[in-house]
Amino acid sequence: MKILVPVKRVLDYNVKPRVKADGSGVDLANVKMSINPFDEIAVEEAVRLKEKGIASEVVVVSIGGAKSSETLRSALAMGADRAIHVLSESEVEPLAVAKILKGVAGEEAPDLVILGKQAIDDDSNQVGQMLAALIGRPQGTFASKVEVEGDAVLVTREVDGGLETVKLALPAVVTTDLRLNEPRYASLPNIMKAKSKPLSTKAPADYGVDTAARLTVLKVVEPAVRQAGVKVPDVEALVEKLKELGVA
Amino acid sequence: MKVLVWAEHEQGALKDATLSAVTAAAGLGAVDVLVAGDSAGSVGAQAAQIAGVEKVLVAGDAAYAHGLPENVAPLVVALMAGYDAFVAPATTTGKNIAPRVAALLDVAQISEILSVEGPKTFTRPIYAGNAIATVESSDAKLVITVRGTAFAKAAREGGSAAVETVAGTGEAGLSSFVGAEIAQSERPELTSAKVIVSGGRALKDSETFAATILPLADKLKAAVGASRAAVDAGYVSNDHQVGQTGKIVAPEVYIAVGISGAIQHLAGMKDSKTIIAINKDEDAPIFQIADIGLVADLYSAVPDLVARV
Ligand SMILES: Cc1cc2nc3c(=O)[nH]c(=O)nc-3n(C[C@H](O)[C@H](O)[C@H](O)COP(=O)(O)OP(=O)(O)OC[C@H]3O[C@@H](n4cnc5c(N)ncnc54)[C@H](O)[C@@H]3O)c2cc1C
Ligand SMILES: Nc1ncnc2c1ncn2[C@@H]1O[C@H](COP(=O)(O)O)[C@@H](O)[C@H]1O
Repeated sequence: MKILVPVKRVLDYNVKPRVKADGSGVDLANVKMSINPFDEIAVEEAVRLKEKGIASEVVVVSIGGAKSSETLRSALAMGADRAIHVLSESEVEPLAVAKILKGVAGEEAPDLVILGKQAIDDDSNQVGQMLAALIGRPQGTFASKVEVEGDAVLVTREVDGGLETVKLALPAVVTTDLRLNEPRYASLPNIMKAKSKPLSTKAPADYGVDTAARLTVLKVVEPAVRQAGVKVPDVEALVEKLKELGVA
Repeated sequence: MKVLVWAEHEQGALKDATLSAVTAAAGLGAVDVLVAGDSAGSVGAQAAQIAGVEKVLVAGDAAYAHGLPENVAPLVVALMAGYDAFVAPATTTGKNIAPRVAALLDVAQISEILSVEGPKTFTRPIYAGNAIATVESSDAKLVITVRGTAFAKAAREGGSAAVETVAGTGEAGLSSFVGAEIAQSERPELTSAKVIVSGGRALKDSETFAATILPLADKLKAAVGASRAAVDAGYVSNDHQVGQTGKIVAPEVYIAVGISGAIQHLAGMKDSKTIIAINKDEDAPIFQIADIGLVADLYSAVPDLVARV
């Protein structure tokens, strides 16, 4: 089976986002960028399926600026076979991303598409579900376990009440949650090897997709900051505070 | 504007998340509620009582029993011919269904709105709530998910909506429900609790977590939360995770025990009314936002606290 894994380049999760003074967005100049953590989990899952002999090829795809190719190289270093870079210097919204991915899926005909459940920059949590809708296939979102069984995939999902398992007919779309796996670190030899793996460059227009924004960002502001409060010296003082709050 | 709200329900009971979604929807226009499920009728009657709801649409069909988006989305899309906006709570069910609906309608979804600023303008958190964006839609129809903690709950009583049965669209034949492990607990639900006691990596293992955190939660009649580190390490199940990618909570009192205060955790609890932190590291970031901090070893402080409250 062939697996397609869409990966997004985002502000590294360890960096505290700073809102630009003019309120136009978050400052991304000269800050560390990384593969979206959920997408790293998606790559790991696909590579494991390949190592188990269930998948035969893992193709990674990223839609973004020139530097997204670095993100793709890091996915190749983890064990993906081939990469597609859909170059767009302007921000592409989830719906347009899903439309481009539909185009890629049309050409590649993957049996499984594994995405992250959400990009930690826009926190949208949309693309996987939208792609599944556009290609008319089932979706297993927030996966903590993925088991391929013949022409179906069993997906255990992290839901508000606990866990839920669904069975999806292949081809299917899966989005990853944090507990699905622990992504590996790419070894130096694999990082070197990744440099010569195939990476093709495309444009949204190659898939006939108009990436014009549907949502206009009017402004971006910092949330109200919470002030640090008081430190109490001991448990007794804490109990007093709890009593004042009416909870003890 | 005519708005269709997705009703979230479980075992015949309408969930609170629906009530916040109704409030958000009422800021846009006239509110109808869709109840889909196999035993949707009784929930439909509950939804008809919600203050401010005009009409309840009931789609009772086994195909909708587990909220499978492959089956539900076509139903919603068909109904949307008569509506300007679809509003769902930002629960795992709402997040699963709404984007599928949006794509089928060819509109952008606006996720986890915090406020309604105008007929097509909303605020929403980005970057784990470290920035708040005001966005305006240019689509003909709106698809929105609602952050429950940002909107008051509509009253469960006082309404007298008409109830209408709608025909289902049946099985899509793409997916099936296999089973669920739903945590049963006598404790208050995390997203609607008044008091939450949360434990982090410092709690060592599931036995220690249970022996330390649960007695305090019992005494305070609190719900139990956890950091990602505690969930990943298996101290408690995934449904306890509070944060950017877990549950968003805003109780009266949030007590963080042995939690450092990573931005991803703060994203899920920083709108709590009072935050209390117990941590042995006086420089832990959690103290920068805590209203009340106690620098102490939790293994002496928490049992002592339990004995005194
Ligand atoms: C994509 C992504 C999504 C994430 N989503 C979430 C999320 O939704 N929710 C979430 O919580 N995290 C999330 N995280 C993880 C987050 O970055 C942190 O790693 C996590 O919150 C840390 O958990 P912790 O505070 O329990 O552990 P630690 O950071 O290890 O902190 C443990 C704390 O316990 C204190 N301590 C230790 N022993 C004692 C003692 N005896 N007495 C008192 N204090 C003690 C220490 O001083 C320390 O401050 C996410 C990360 C990523 C990359
Ligand atoms: N620009 C992009 N390029 C490739 N994949 C993306 C892009 N944007 C989003 N995705 C994928 O869709 C998932 C969900 O993103 P979102 O809906 O934006 O939260 C991510 O985890 C990625 O797997």
